[in-house]
Amino acid sequence: MAQLSMRDALNQALHQEMERDERVIVLGEDVSGGAGGSSGQREASGGIFGVTKGLLPRFGEGRVIDTPISESAIVGAAAGAALAGLRPVGELMFADFVGVCMDQLYNQIAKFRYMFGGKSKCPVVIRMAMGAGMNMGPQHSQTIYPFLTAVPGLKVVVPSNAHDAKGLLIQAIRDDDPVMFFEHKALYPRKGEVPEHAYTIPFGEASLVREGEHATVVAIARMVPFAERAIDALAKEGITCDLIDPRTTSPLDEETIIESVEGTGRLVIVDESPPRCGLAADIAAMVAEKAFRSLKRPIIQVTAPHTPVPFAPALERAYVPGPPRIEAAIRLALRDA
Amino acid sequence: MNDIATLSRERLLHVYRQMKLIREFEERLHVEIATGEIPGFTHLYAGQEAVAVGVCEQLGDADYIVSTHRGHGHCIAKGVEVIGMMKEIYGRRDGICHGKGGSMHIADVAKGMLGANAIVGGGPPLAVGAALACKLRGNRHVSVAFGGDGSANQGTVFEAMNMAVVLRVPAIFVFENNGYSEHTGAGYAVGSGDLAARSRAFGMPAERVDGADFFAVHAAMGRAVLHARSGGGPSTIEAAITRFYGHFEGDPQNYRAKDEVANHRQTMDCLKRFRARMEIDRDLTPAELDAVDTEVLRLIDQAVAAAKAAPPPLEADLYSDVYIDY
Repeated sequence: MAQLSMRDALNQALHQEMERDERVIVLGEDVSGGAGGSSGQREASGGIFGVTKGLLPRFGEGRVIDTPISESAIVGAAAGAALAGLRPVGELMFADFVGVCMDQLYNQIAKFRYMFGGKSKCPVVIRMAMGAGMNMGPQHSQTIYPFLTAVPGLKVVVPSNAHDAKGLLIQAIRDDDPVMFFEHKALYPRKGEVPEHAYTIPFGEASLVREGEHATVVAIARMVPFAERAIDALAKEGITCDLIDPRTTSPLDEETIIESVEGTGRLVIVDESPPRCGLAADIAAMVAEKAFRSLKRPIIQVTAPHTPVPFAPALERAYVPGPPRIEAAIRLALRDA
Repeated sequence: MNDIATLSRERLLHVYRQMKLIREFEERLHVEIATGEIPGFTHLYAGQEAVAVGVCEQLGDADYIVSTHRGHGHCIAKGVEVIGMMKEIYGRRDGICHGKGGSMHIADVAKGMLGANAIVGGGPPLAVGAALACKLRGNRHVSVAFGGDGSANQGTVFEAMNMAVVLRVPAIFVFENNGYSEHTGAGYAVGSGDLAARSRAFGMPAERVDGADFFAVHAAMGRAVLHARSGGGPSTIEAAITRFYGHFEGDPQNYRAKDEVANHRQTMDCLKRFRARMEIDRDLTPAELDAVDTEVLRLIDQAVAAAKAAPPPLEADLYSDVYIDY
């Protein structure tokens, strides 16, 4: 099986879906790049992170559309085209830019189906790059998926590896609901085994990344490989953990988490977002409500602090929950009172 | 171009009926809302009928419109069925959106009506997307974004207009300048005071028309549609118009001079203007128009009676149609 980076896996998914279904279009800032430039070279970027590379030469300007820097119009145009029967994949570059198109996301596309009495569908995918670790500062580093997870009508995808990213993106494109697709920037170059053929991964089905008996660890996106490192280090001491990657935060696979906690009685949740109203808090509340009697220790949330994402490398390292913090949290969860 | 000569008698009767239907729908709502039986708040379109009908008479079901919070007129003009609309406004289970949307969210995708929209400026980006779909399919259909002078000051509208020009999509921006952004005059809130000039600055043709004159709107829309269908890209129509009621029902309208609406009802009533035109051109007789009036009033009576009698949604309906599978 081919080893592909997450970037190339996503790129392959886009190629395969555009090939399969001519209703699939891609639009956003610099998805090809170069339009109107003095060199005359098109596909000058292929997406700021290279995810849409090769689409323009293959599918042409009609279906691979460079737009002005107008996030509301990108999301709105993708949504309007979806209502009119296309299956657009819009790109917002950085997830932080949700700030300038929030109305189109949560007042418009999230609500069409419900407020139109079920008589419409809006099969749109909005892709965006998220996450800290590249010293891009407070407005280019956030993991804002909790905001959108909170909105009824949106589905939210947070892949942690190349294999899942491809299957989840193909599912997102074929899904008849609006999907917010978050790609962690630090995961783009990470390679994994990715089958060549097109495949889907259903939403709301978590992946059990590690199996163990002493604690349950739930981690999201980049926190999954960090949690793997922590768990693998502990395994040398005979401590084993379930590691659950929800893969989608909306819908959320509650069952897999509950089942695991019922077995281990100890839960650590790792989320790169700030702590208030985040996914860690959400999952903790869910488990406290539904599996309280199984818990042997208080639930531990490992999150970023309640601060913006700082720029300086030393500060950013302190911001992002890393393997040592996760390892310490698991040890704490195992300490009996 | 004066296109009265190109419209058949049947078509003229249809046009009059559409405008009258919108007017009576809204006049009746004004009365019924005062009884307290209609939940929520409602924005009436009365006074602006010639704009909706003048625009939509140039469109078919495969053309798209995106409407506003003041959307009843656009819905009716695009062919949405009025009994289902009335039931929706009453919050009934068999309303056109099953009571989930209400007055500000009536939609009928099969009719190319992509929804009234309660966010001022929320619609134009969607209209650009529908226009993009038309362009990609090469089917010569067009997409219309209705908006008011208030929406013309929203950044989303600027983004949509620029993107429509950049992508050269068959979008038509119709600004119904009724002089007020809620309770604030356009003379204050629209910096340049000239929406058509503003649109031209985005790189598209734009014209101003008398929004109370069906024929003027219809002719301008004919030019805009031709421009869009021949690959010329977007254009703008700014229609000068007035609303006969407040921003919403119950608005005391303290911002309007005492006699402003009364004067407008005399001078800017599209139905009176249309009737006067028919008398001069003798295309339709007063008796024929009176017969339309009678039939329309009967239909509105029927719609209100049906809405009042219709059952409310079930509690279980709360949980349906959030997603495809729940």
